[in-house]
Amino acid sequence: MALLRHTTGEIKERKALTVNPAKTCQPVGAMYAALGVKGCFPHSHGSQGCCAYHRSALTRHYKEPVVAGTSSFTEGSSVFGGQSNLIAAIDNIFTLYDPDVIAIHTTCLSETIGDDLLQISQKAKDDGKVPAGKHIVYASTPSYVGTHVTGYANMVKGILKGFVKKTGRPNGKINVIPGFCEPSDMAEMRRLATMLGIDVILAPDTNGVLNGPLTGHYEMYPKAGATPEDIAAMGDAKGTIGLGRWATTDAVNYLDAEFKVPGTVLGLPIGLHATDRYVDALRRLAGVAVPEAVNFERGQVVDVISDYSQYLYGKKVAIAGDPDQVLALVEFCVTLGMIPAYTVSGTAGKYFEERMNELVKDVPYDCKFKNGEHADMYLLHQWIKNDPVDLLIGNTYLKYIARDEDIPLIRHGFPILDRVGHQYFPSVGYSGAMRLLEKFLEALLGRQDRDAPETRFELQM
Amino acid sequence: MSTKPMNTEEIKKELIARMPTKVARKRAKAMTPGAQGGEIPEIQANVRTIPGIITQRGCTYAGCKGVVLGPSRDIVNLTHGPIGCGFYSWLTRRNQTDAGPDGDNFIPYSFSTDMTEHDIVFGGMKKLAAAIQEAYDNFHPKAISVFSTCPVGLIGDDIHAVARQMQEKLGITVFANSCEGYKGVSQSAGHHIANNQIMKHVIGTNDTPVTGKFKVNMLGEYNIGGDAFEIERILEKCGFTLIATFSGNSTVEDFRVAHHADLNTVMCHRSLNYVAEMMETKFGIPWIKVNFIGAEASAKSLRRMAAYFEDQELMDRVEQVIAEEMLEVRKVVDEIRPRTEGKSAMLFVGGSRAHHYQELFGELGMKILGAGYEFAHRDDYEGRHVLPTIKVDADSRNIEELDIEPDPERYKPRKTPEQLEALNAKGLDFKGYEGMMGAMAKDSMVIDDINHYETEKLIEILKPDIFCAGIKEKYIIQKMGVPLKQLHNYDMGGPYAGFNGAINWYHDIDRMVNTKVWQLMKAPWQSTGPELEASYVAQ
Ligand code: SF4
Ligand code: SF4
Repeated sequence: MALLRHTTGEIKERKALTVNPAKTCQPVGAMYAALGVKGCFPHSHGSQGCCAYHRSALTRHYKEPVVAGTSSFTEGSSVFGGQSNLIAAIDNIFTLYDPDVIAIHTTCLSETIGDDLLQISQKAKDDGKVPAGKHIVYASTPSYVGTHVTGYANMVKGILKGFVKKTGRPNGKINVIPGFCEPSDMAEMRRLATMLGIDVILAPDTNGVLNGPLTGHYEMYPKAGATPEDIAAMGDAKGTIGLGRWATTDAVNYLDAEFKVPGTVLGLPIGLHATDRYVDALRRLAGVAVPEAVNFERGQVVDVISDYSQYLYGKKVAIAGDPDQVLALVEFCVTLGMIPAYTVSGTAGKYFEERMNELVKDVPYDCKFKNGEHADMYLLHQWIKNDPVDLLIGNTYLKYIARDEDIPLIRHGFPILDRVGHQYFPSVGYSGAMRLLEKFLEALLGRQDRDAPETRFELQM
Repeated sequence: MSTKPMNTEEIKKELIARMPTKVARKRAKAMTPGAQGGEIPEIQANVRTIPGIITQRGCTYAGCKGVVLGPSRDIVNLTHGPIGCGFYSWLTRRNQTDAGPDGDNFIPYSFSTDMTEHDIVFGGMKKLAAAIQEAYDNFHPKAISVFSTCPVGLIGDDIHAVARQMQEKLGITVFANSCEGYKGVSQSAGHHIANNQIMKHVIGTNDTPVTGKFKVNMLGEYNIGGDAFEIERILEKCGFTLIATFSGNSTVEDFRVAHHADLNTVMCHRSLNYVAEMMETKFGIPWIKVNFIGAEASAKSLRRMAAYFEDQELMDRVEQVIAEEMLEVRKVVDEIRPRTEGKSAMLFVGGSRAHHYQELFGELGMKILGAGYEFAHRDDYEGRHVLPTIKVDADSRNIEELDIEPDPERYKPRKTPEQLEALNAKGLDFKGYEGMMGAMAKDSMVIDDINHYETEKLIEILKPDIFCAGIKEKYIIQKMGVPLKQLHNYDMGGPYAGFNGAINWYHDIDRMVNTKVWQLMKAPWQSTGPELEASYVAQ
C-alpha cells in the first residue's frame, strides 16, 4: 500500500491549503547564514519553539552542532514587546558564550508585535551590554513573507550592513556572495576563483563550520567562517558576484548602492553553462585569463556528457526545491538533453516563470512548473500520477513519492535528512557538475540494470 | 570517569560559576542530588527558560501537534500559521504507523494554511475555513484538528468558531487547539491543550460496546520507532484487549470508544496524566502508572495489570508470557552485560524518558551519573504527592483547566472502594507515581531543563560513557568524544519498549559504548611524544 495513499491524479484547485510544502520559513535560512561568519552566535528573537525547530532542522541536515539563543517569549512578552527579553539575552550571551558577533533574526511572533531590532540593539549598546570590540548584526525575517531562501538573503544583507566599510583604499579583491547552498559548494566557489588566481572575499562561508572534523573537542566557534574584517573589506573591493538570484540580489545591490562596488547577480553555478557564466564573470572582473587547468576540468565534464548522452537524452525529471537551486538544475537537465517535466518551488518570484519559459522553450514536452503559493510536493505528486517521470530530484521528503511511484530519487537541496555527502562534495562548479552527472547516471543505469530482462542485461554500458 | 572525584555540591558550584548572578541564582534551584530512599528535596521545574541561555526546549505547539495529536493516523492535523511550524513537525518524530491495507494514514502528509502577510494583516479565518474545506474535498478524513501558531494568537483568529462552523457544514469532527508557541513555558503546555480537546471532542462519543475480556487503554505511548507495536504484541499475547493507544498509530474511532476500557495505564506521566484523571472522574476508569521500558519493568507492569483484573487465568497467562519472553532477554543480557557493566550514563530528555530508561541501563549494569527532564513538572521528579503544593504561576494559568464531572449515563465505577482498597494493600497503587528522584543515587545529579553550558561542563567533569538527549545536543556531545543516544526519536533505532525492545536496546548500547570510532579521533602523530621518536630511532 502506498505511503501517500491519499494522493490521486485528480487535481482540484486549491486556494488555501498547502500540502507537503516545498519550502520552509525564513529564520532557518537566517540562522544558516549567520553560521557563515566566524565567531558568530545566532539569536532568534521570538518564542523558544521556533529556535528549537530551526536548530533541529539544521542539525538534522548537517549532522553538526548548531547552537543558537532565543529570547524565550512568553505571553507577557507577546503583549508588551520583547525588548527586555532581548536585552537580557544579549547580556547573557556575551557573558556566558563570549561570541565576537551576535546575529539576531526575528520570528513571526516578534514581527507581528513589531519589535524594532535597530532600536533594541542600539539600546543594548547604550546600556553597556555589548562589550568593546563585539558586534550585533540583525535582520528582519517574518515567515509570512518569503521562505527560508528569503531569510538567508535578509541575514546576508544584515551581516553586510553590520560590517562593510569603505576606506577609500581599493584592495583589488572580488566579493563572492554565495546563495543558499552547502558548505562544500561555498568551498568549491572559492576553489574555482583561486584556480583563476583571484583573491576573493567569500561571505558568508560555512565551509569548515558545518562540515567540521571529529576531534574529541567541541568548539562553539570553529576556526572557519568569514571574519568580520574580511566582510568589512568588501566595501573596498573591485566588484561583487552574487550567486543565486533570490538569495543574493539584495546584498549585491546594497554593496553597489552604498559603497559603489559594482555587482553582478548570477544563478547558482550548478551545471556546465552556469559554471561557465561564473568563471566568465570572475575573469572579466579581475581581468585575468582562464588557466588551462580550469578548461581541463570543464572538458572532462563535456567528455562524460558525450560518453553517456544516450542514457540521459529524453529522460523525464521532476524537481522540487528552492528556485535558485531548481532553475540551475533545470538548465543542467536541458543541457543534458533531459526533460524537466515537472518543477515546483514554494518560493515566490516572477523571474521563476520567465526563466522557466526560456529554459524549456525548445524541450519537446509540455513541461509543467509552478512556484509560490500551493506549489507543493502534493501537486508535484499529482502531476506524476498523471504521467510518470524517470527521475526525481529534491530533498529527502521526496522519498515517499519515490517509493510509491518506484522512481529513483537524487537527493538535493534542503533538508537532506537521510544521506551524507552534501556537506562534503559540491554540486556547483565543474567538479559539482561531474558529481551530479555521476549521480544521475548511477540512478538511471542502476535502474536499467535492475529492470533489464536477462537477454538485455549488459556488462558494458 | 573523572580524574578528580567531586561531590554533587562542588559540581553544582562549578556549573553555575560563570553565569551572571541572576541566572546562577535561578539555575541553582533546578539542581539537586538524587535522593535514594532518603528525603526527597524540592526541585525547581516548569519555569520559564532564560533569554539567551541556550535551551533544548521546544514550544507549546510542538507538544500539542508534534507529540500528542501528530501520531494519530486518520486525523488531518492542520497547522494554521506560516509555513515553518507545519514543516518542522512533518515526520520528524518517527511516529510509526500501520494503517493496514485499507486504513487511513495522514502521517506522511503536512497540512498548513501557509499564512502570508495578507492573512496576518486582514485575519486568517477565511483562509482557515477554506483550507478545512479543501482538506475535506481532497482527503475525506474522519476528523480534522487545527493548531494555532504564534502569530495566530496575536491577530486573534477565532479558530474554535471556524472549527465549529466547519464541523456543522461537513458533518465530521472538527476541533481546534489554541496552542500558540508562546503559551506556557514548554511543550508540556501543549500536551495539556491537546488532551483537553481530545477529551472534549472525541473520547466517549461512541457507545457501541467493545468486545474483549480485559479491556485497557495505553496512555502516553507514541509509537516512536515502533514501541507501541511491541507493546500491542505483548498485551495481545497475554490476553488483554487494548482499545486505544494515546496516540501512537491511533484512530479517531479508538478514541471514541476508549471509555469502554476498565483500566487506564499511563506510560508517559507527563503528557497524559490529565487524561487519566479526567477519564476516571468522568467514566469511573481507574488508572495505574506502567512502564514498558526495560524487560523487568515490562514484566512488573504486566503483573500489575493482571492483578487489577483479579483473574487467575489472566495472571497465569501473564506469568507464562513473561517466562517465555525472558528466555531470550536473559540470553542477550548475559552475552552483553560483561561489556557494559560498570559503564556510566546520563539522561537529559523529555518528561518521562529520563526516568524510564534508567531501568534499561540498570539491566546492563550501568550507572546513572545524572538525569533530568526537558519539560517536566515537579511531580515528575518528586512524585504526585507534591501536586497540592505546586504553585500555579501565570504561565500555567493561561492553560485551560476542564471542569470534568461524572457523565450522567456513562459513569460506571469499575471497582468498589473496598476492592480498590484491597488492591492497594496488595501494592497496586492507583494514580500513583513516585517520580524519578527517589530512586536515583545520592551522588548523582538531577538537573531540570539542563542547558547547553551546563551540559558541556557536566560532561567535562564526569565524562560519562554515554549521554542520552535529543538531536540538538547530539553532535555537540559527540564532538566531545561521547556517544549520544537520542531518546526523543531514537536515532534510527527502536523499538525499545517491551521484551524485544529491551533486546534491541542492549545491542544498540553495546555498539555505542564499545565502538572503535572514539579511538580514531587522534592520528598517530597527534599523540607524538619524545619517547616515540626514540623508539623510531631504535627500530
Ligand atoms: S513559521 Fe514563524 S512561528 Fe513558525 S517556526 Fe517559522 S518563524 Fe516560527
Ligand atoms: S516522554 Fe517526554 S518527550 Fe516523550 S511524550 Fe513524554 S513528555 Fe513528551
